[in-house]
Amino acid sequence: MSTFRQARWNEPIIFELGKVHRRGFALPEIEEEIKQVIGDVQLLMPQKMKRETPPKLPELSEVEVTRHFIRLSQMNYGVDSGLYPLGSCTMKYNPKINDALATSPTVALLHPYQDPQTTQGILQILYTLSRWLAEITGTYEVCLQPSAGAHGELLGVLIIRAYHKRNGELKKRSEIIVPDSAHGTNPASATMGGYRVIVVPSDADGCVDIEALKSVVSERTAGLMLTNPNTLGIFEKNIEEIARIVHEAGGLLYYDGANLNAILGKTRPGDMGFDIVHINIHKTFGTPHGGGGPGAGPVGVSEELERFLPVPRIGFDGKDYFLDYNKPDSVGKIRSFYGNIAVLVRAYAYILSLGAEGLQEVAEVSVLNANYLAKKLAEIRGFELPYDKQKPRKHECVISAKPMAKETGVKALNVSKRLLDYGVHAPTTYFPLIVDEALMIEPTESFEKEELDRFVDAVKKISQEAYSNPQLVLNAPQNTACTRLDEVKASHPQSMALSWKMYLKKRKDI
Amino acid sequence: MKELGIQNIDELYRDIPEKFRLKQKLNIPKGSSEAEVKRHVENLLAKNKTSATMPTFLGAGCWPHYVPAVVENIILRSELLTAYTPYQPEISQGMLQALFEYQSMICELTGMEVANCSMYDWASAVGEAARMVARITKRSEILVPKIIHPERNATLQTYVEPAEVQVKHVNYDKSTGQLDLEDLKTKISTQTAAVYVENPSYLGFIETEAEAVAQIAHDKGALFIVGVDPVSLGIIKPPGEYGADIVVGEGQPLGIAMNFGGPLLGIFACRGDMELIRQMPGRTIGITTTLDGTKRGFCMALQTREQHIRREKATSNICSNEALCAVASAVYLALLGPQGLKELGETCMIKADYAIKKLSKIEGVKTPIFDAPHFKEFTVNFDDTGKSVQHVHEDLLLYGVHGGKDVSKEFPELGGTALYCVTEVHSKHDIDRLATALEEVLKER
Ligand SMILES: Cc1ncc(COP(=O)(O)O)c(C=O)c1O
Repeated sequence: MSTFRQARWNEPIIFELGKVHRRGFALPEIEEEIKQVIGDVQLLMPQKMKRETPPKLPELSEVEVTRHFIRLSQMNYGVDSGLYPLGSCTMKYNPKINDALATSPTVALLHPYQDPQTTQGILQILYTLSRWLAEITGTYEVCLQPSAGAHGELLGVLIIRAYHKRNGELKKRSEIIVPDSAHGTNPASATMGGYRVIVVPSDADGCVDIEALKSVVSERTAGLMLTNPNTLGIFEKNIEEIARIVHEAGGLLYYDGANLNAILGKTRPGDMGFDIVHINIHKTFGTPHGGGGPGAGPVGVSEELERFLPVPRIGFDGKDYFLDYNKPDSVGKIRSFYGNIAVLVRAYAYILSLGAEGLQEVAEVSVLNANYLAKKLAEIRGFELPYDKQKPRKHECVISAKPMAKETGVKALNVSKRLLDYGVHAPTTYFPLIVDEALMIEPTESFEKEELDRFVDAVKKISQEAYSNPQLVLNAPQNTACTRLDEVKASHPQSMALSWKMYLKKRKDI
Repeated sequence: MKELGIQNIDELYRDIPEKFRLKQKLNIPKGSSEAEVKRHVENLLAKNKTSATMPTFLGAGCWPHYVPAVVENIILRSELLTAYTPYQPEISQGMLQALFEYQSMICELTGMEVANCSMYDWASAVGEAARMVARITKRSEILVPKIIHPERNATLQTYVEPAEVQVKHVNYDKSTGQLDLEDLKTKISTQTAAVYVENPSYLGFIETEAEAVAQIAHDKGALFIVGVDPVSLGIIKPPGEYGADIVVGEGQPLGIAMNFGGPLLGIFACRGDMELIRQMPGRTIGITTTLDGTKRGFCMALQTREQHIRREKATSNICSNEALCAVASAVYLALLGPQGLKELGETCMIKADYAIKKLSKIEGVKTPIFDAPHFKEFTVNFDDTGKSVQHVHEDLLLYGVHGGKDVSKEFPELGGTALYCVTEVHSKHDIDRLATALEEVLKER
């Protein structure tokens, strides 16, 4: 087992660094002739609106700024650092060529309101990407605008709303159904879209309970939000019946694409009966997650729903690419401009590199890896694989540390923290909510067997520790930039400090 | 496969009903090598014309500012770039501290006490702010200026419609563009959750009576939301000093390239009042200590407002945001410091004023149409030249110059008007070239 030690710089907060009047960047001088024409800039400023006290920003040299942030980066862990089996997040390798292309000046220096005759290249990339995504998801038309998965969900719910409104059923259809295994963004998006959320339980197989679903659908049902494979990594085998039940009740079927990686080129949400699909570009299509974004969450829809997508739409008349604002039934705008373009360019390069066969292989290897881990981990003392063990998992598996928690007091969270000590990122912990002591593990296709085995070995080691010296696990992590943090303190009104300013006021309470 | 006892990977897909299994290959080209991908994408991108070769005077919510090399270097550091949201704080201190520093700098700029670590963009931030004030005040109306970016206006409408919040528009003074305080007074009521203004406004002028607006809003028990271009805050009074309760804005000009309009960076900050903080959307990072109390550290705070805990009762559905853009802004602001930001603001203002003076000399051109101080954008009216904005724009392109944004459809009452933007990236030469080209173009009528 390799020894992992994360940097511990005890790096000061940037406001504690530097010196008065130090500068890290010089602006170009204003040309002498301009100064002569304009004269005193103070006279341009309206007195009433003049800033009297400068903002208390740090004052650092360029070297100090660079060193500070490089040190911070050394106290962070990314996919390039090692295995990152964070379930549901599809932390795959992010090819470097895609970064290089997306940061080129021919993308960076483009203004969104430029005349389309000066932006044909980028428009062609975006148009083609949208067609590819439609093909991959089995939908009719894809809108690239949403900035993340949840943003796509909001758009999807607004489309559901627009559809029922057009049918004169907006008031009547007031409910959206989500399974109890759903990601938190699903119910939150439904609420934001003005719906009441109805939760449907999972059955003994970990799939949507069909009888329960039948009992909750009604003429109030606006739609169902589902991810397939679901958050347990299990394929909803009854998807055809689920679609029938929802459609017969007059509702629409929404696909949360967070788990699309498992089925690329194998099956398509559109074919399964989903009417609206969002895609997490930053998961499935290999764009870096940036420590929390930016991502992109394009939304694909059936032909019937195409009219509701936001404007502008990117069109192609056989010769030129253009922006089409003339869509009277559109739900409107959900953000400015056309989407997170620098992210979408990376996705274009990703699909171009892999091609149809490569994408299919991505799905297959990710599923193979997840099943391998499910089998290996379930054999380890203290862990079990909830739900049908014979059933293949898809891109991820959820194991439970319930036996270990009962027998040793070491919980899933402690296992996660101890994994950090072994230089592996932790799985998603305590999600989905329907599994006790859940560890949700998604290896992705990016990691070779040796790396997966290292992970299995680390979990084995932790199991031994838990049964022989539980305190060791309970005290983890020790090898990271800091030891366990007091997360309650960070949110307590007395000690909460969400900015440097607040911290200075409350320092004594923290 | 041996471990799993399978011969073929398809056995792992046996639970997918036969009828849904894809029989044919996806209709996507065959894979390519890195060198081929590079050539192909670069060839496509070469079809674009950028501001590097074509002086471009567009702004309107996405602005050309220089991005220092340090910023680009830091945000490509793979430990930051390839990390997920810092769910495991002990191994993610770097990202967490950088985001805390971003929040802190935004607070210094805006005069607020609390900031989140980003929204998708300014437009969605306004939408979220409107929903937030409606929850807090339990009122159902928000007043916004008639002069507002149409995309922000449209996004706001989309966000509030399901929450049954009405958006009402307040007129502006015909000669100065300033929010019409009399109209505001007639429209505000006990149903008004908040008054929103943009400063500088969409059409580039500074709202000088913002403090009076705050007063009118607060007198009626409404909150006051201000939208900002943060670059202006080195020289313009921070909204916290004229009564803002919530500040939103676009962080893109702080070290993020234009990228054809995305990713952007939604700024969201508010006063340090618990009633506001508890209703704030999005992620926020707080300071804490290790459990043994010996060391300072950072983690996500107030997660009980968020979707992964609160689900359908969350203050917002936002999950992934624009974290890395926030880090870029923190690096940018640290490089500039207070003095750099002030000089940047002054430079924008001076250069824009120079452009105004230059263009005003051209016969038939009226700029700006409002008698008010302008920051880095200004309106240019072509009514007396006999040419439409579109026509002028097309002719300018022939001279290798890209003019401002046509706003004549957005505000028909303003006639043939365009919105021009000048910042520190425009040299005197660029501005002179615009003026010369415009002169030529208008001579040709
Ligand atoms: C199942 C599922 N749905 C939706 C989301 C939300 O996606 P995003 O973070 O891009 O908004 C996630 C992300 O964690 C997810 O795992």
